Amino acid sequence: MSDITGETRYTEKSKRIMDAVELRPTDRVPTSFFATFWLAKYGGVSCRDLFYDYNTSCNLMRKAVIELDPDSYISPFLTMLGPSLDATGYKQLQWPGHGVSDNHSFQFLDKEYMTADEYDDFIFDPTGFYLNKYMPRVAEAYEGFAHFPVLPGNMYVTIASGPLVAQLANPEIARSFEAIQKAAQEAQSLMMKCMTFGQEMTAQGYPESFGAVAPAPLDFFGDYFRGAKGILTDIRRRPEKLIEAMEKVLVFLLRGAIGAARMTGNKFVFIPIHWGPDGFMSVQQFKTLWWPTFQRLLLGLIENDLIPVVLWEANCTSRLEIIGDIPAGKAVYWFEHTDLVKAKEVLGKTVCLRGNVPASLLTTGTPEQVDAECRRLIEKVGKDGGFILDGSIGIPDEAPVENVRAMFQSVHKYSV
Amino acid sequence: MDENEKRLIDLVADMEEDDALALAKELLDCGVDPLQVLALCREAMDIVGKRFEEGEYFLPELILAGEVLDQIGVMAKPLIIDSPNKPSRKLGKVLIGTVHGDLHDIGKNIVTFMLDINGFEVKDIGIDVPVSTFLDEIQAFQPQVICLSGFLTLAFDSMKETIEAIEVSGLRNGLKIQIGGGQIDETIRAYTGADAYGLNAVDAVNFCRKSTTGGE
Ligand code: B12
Repeated sequence: MSDITGETRYTEKSKRIMDAVELRPTDRVPTSFFATFWLAKYGGVSCRDLFYDYNTSCNLMRKAVIELDPDSYISPFLTMLGPSLDATGYKQLQWPGHGVSDNHSFQFLDKEYMTADEYDDFIFDPTGFYLNKYMPRVAEAYEGFAHFPVLPGNMYVTIASGPLVAQLANPEIARSFEAIQKAAQEAQSLMMKCMTFGQEMTAQGYPESFGAVAPAPLDFFGDYFRGAKGILTDIRRRPEKLIEAMEKVLVFLLRGAIGAARMTGNKFVFIPIHWGPDGFMSVQQFKTLWWPTFQRLLLGLIENDLIPVVLWEANCTSRLEIIGDIPAGKAVYWFEHTDLVKAKEVLGKTVCLRGNVPASLLTTGTPEQVDAECRRLIEKVGKDGGFILDGSIGIPDEAPVENVRAMFQSVHKYSV
Repeated sequence: MDENEKRLIDLVADMEEDDALALAKELLDCGVDPLQVLALCREAMDIVGKRFEEGEYFLPELILAGEVLDQIGVMAKPLIIDSPNKPSRKLGKVLIGTVHGDLHDIGKNIVTFMLDINGFEVKDIGIDVPVSTFLDEIQAFQPQVICLSGFLTLAFDSMKETIEAIEVSGLRNGLKIQIGGGQIDETIRAYTGADAYGLNAVDAVNFCRKSTTGGE
């Protein structure tokens, strides 16, 4: 490692990333390190060790960042959720040692967590729906909340006593509070660990990639509420309801992301896109259903001085013209399979591009092949700035270390 | 074909779910042969499949069409008393499943749907399918083509293991194996030892056509 101070390094790296975001030329193409369970492979530990031991995760992240020297890195938060998931009895995931083997990444379970006729309940009173229905469905610790009395409509002494207060004596509610206390303590230790780690990495000169996460409104319902089959049929069966619900949740998503970014002091908001890509719906459906609320999410974040980093998964070629309708130099579009050369033609003057060394190449190719692909991207997409080099979906869990090294070294070898 | 029968095809193909279900019920109530009603649905599915291939329809339409078909099936099936002329226009047998460790099934279901409407007898054995299940099913079902689906990078190894096991058990002879799913490309085809890879359901149909008619 060079002998420059952490502070100098931090300034240099942050400036390189910001120059790329604001579409100014950069001294070299910046890189971002986005890895989760790859750390297990890198450190020769099991996914389960990583997931349950805060120190293992942090130590491996630190080691990898110092070795690979990226211009930003992702917090190890996602790879150390084990104790928190246990404490909440979280039901939407399986994780190493809990449904999947010790050596696999955690996985989300696609299910209908909200039925079609509950859209109305959600729209009428999102908080009540979360409290009584959604939270108990997705995590054991909250199950007692199914019995939590409805609050609106109460006033005067019905708040001090009577049925409302008496219902709170329900032992299941008490059990929930107890479980949540434990979960809260665990969550606090996790947050503390992440914060201290972030500060330490800042001191060493490495900026963190994101300060908040926000889903696209349609994806929010598709992934976490309706499930794959539910959301895809809603698009045909009840588009108006879906739009109404998306409008409703948009405000919450914006407030949530703005709040989280303020708390972490990091302006970058990560937005992975699941249900918008080419194959999922027609251009017409994308334009009328998917994009409008998402565009408002982006504009809302940008107005609040935040920088959306959108991971457009799968192939989004047919969406390029539409998604270019945002102010220039304010966001990063990370594409998985969309050809970046083509994306540069259409969006090069609007957004910074990121990506997209194929996961297949990083996993099964040779370092020479990875190097050649990075060179192609640096020379073709990195030209005139506005580009961050990354894997198509970050670093695949199974990628051999030499391939990952080759990717991070390439930016020092090839200039634009 | 009378007016109403033609209308049923259009309603199903045009995603008019409620009207399609109402009309199907009406036809069945009036004593139209349930097999005929199902045949009409099949015709509608052909149209849906074509529109999908041509880029007019996408996932919402395929899934909804599947749902409509299921619902009409539920109404029609109990009414089928004797089925002397069970349609057997199958081109060949295809076994399909998502490899172990992987739970993604939307892509696989689309492939199954498209193979089915293109005349193949498809057996879909679900998601997260262990190697041993594939071996058992191959022996029991005797397919000509195996389609392995997978979206995760970990599926590369699962596919490789599955194909190796098929090879080792001596079941590979005369069997064509095609892989597909999000990250699958030529690199992975070579890595896993599959005969082919496909980017979409149309590739799957073409490959199955080639692999079954050639042998017959
Ligand atoms: C929808 C989705 C989900 C849904 C799945 C719902 C379901 N019931 O299938 C949910 C939310 C549950 C999910 C979960 C997860 N997912 Co996911 N998911 C996706 C997403 C957004 C779309 C995949 C999809 O269904 N596409 C729709 C299909 C129809 O489109 P298509 O691919 O064009 O379909 C064609 C081809 O695939 C082909 N095809 C498919 N099979 C076959 C077979 C043959 C033989 C042939 C010829 C062709 C063929 O034909 C299809 C029809 O034309 C992808 C993103 C992406 N880039 O693809 C991520 C993605 C695949 N998921 C990913 C991940 C990481 C996960 C999770 C691990 C996330 C998590 N931590 O929980 C879990 C894993 C669960 C598991 N063990 O499988 C990653 C995989 C990366 C990796 N390194 O492996 C991706 C790439 C997202 C990303 N960019 O990170 N996911």
